[in-house]
Amino acid sequence: MKIKVLYFARLREVFGVESEELELPGERAYAAAVIDMLRKRGGAWSEELALDAGYRMAVNQTLAGLVTPVQDGYEVAIFPPVTGG
Amino acid sequence: MKIQVQESDFDPGAEIAALHAGQPKVGAVASFVGLVRDLNDGESVTSLTLEHYPAMTEKSLREIVDQAMGRWSLLDVSLIHRVGELKPLDRIVFVGVASMHRGEAFAACEFIMDYLKTLAPFWKKEGTPGSERWVEAHASDETAAERWKK
Repeated sequence: MKIKVLYFARLREVFGVESEELELPGERAYAAAVIDMLRKRGGAWSEELALDAGYRMAVNQTLAGLVTPVQDGYEVAIFPPVTGG
Repeated sequence: MKIQVQESDFDPGAEIAALHAGQPKVGAVASFVGLVRDLNDGESVTSLTLEHYPAMTEKSLREIVDQAMGRWSLLDVSLIHRVGELKPLDRIVFVGVASMHRGEAFAACEFIMDYLKTLAPFWKKEGTPGSERWVEAHASDETAAERWKK
C-alpha cells in the first residue's frame, strides 16, 4: 500500500522534507508501522520519532495514535505538539 | 457558527456585534482575543510566524466548537485564527460566544481556547533579534484542557 506522509513545523525542518509517499507491505497496518519504517532511517528520524520524543500524529486529518489503522491512500501527518492560540 | 482561518486581521468589535445583531434571545456575549507579545521566555520577540495544517485546521476547530455546543446551551460561536507572519501587537485569535446567560458564555469561551491550544494544528515560530525558534508547547496548556474532563 502507498500512503502520503506530511511533516510540519520543527519536524519538517529537522527532517528536511515537507511530504513524501511511502510504500508499506500489505493492505493495512497500524500507524506504528509507518513510524517504525521512518525510524529505521536513523539520525534525526530515530531521535525525533523515539517513543518518548513527544511527537504527535494525525491520520486522515484527525489526531491519531500508534494503533490507528492506516491503509492505501491514507494521509499520515507527523508534527510537534501544537502551539496555536 | 463562524469558523475562519485567515491571514488578514479581524475587527473584534464587529465580530462581537455580529454575534447578537437582531437576536433578542442573546443575553451574554463573552469573547477572547489572543495577541502577539513582544517578550517570551525572557527574549524580545520581533515576529511570530504561524504555520498550520490546512487540510486539518478547520475540521479540528469545528470539532472543538461542536463539543462546546454540545456541552453548553449556546446561541452562536465565532472563532477566527490567523496564520502567516505576525508582529507584536497583532491579533492572533478571536473567540466569541453568545448565550442567554453569562455563565455558559464565559465557560464555553475558555473551553474553546483551552482545547484549541492543545488540539488544533497550529505551530508558532518566533523571530528574535538575530535568530528564530519554534515555540515549545507548555505543560500548563495540557493541564488547562484536562480540567474540562473532570
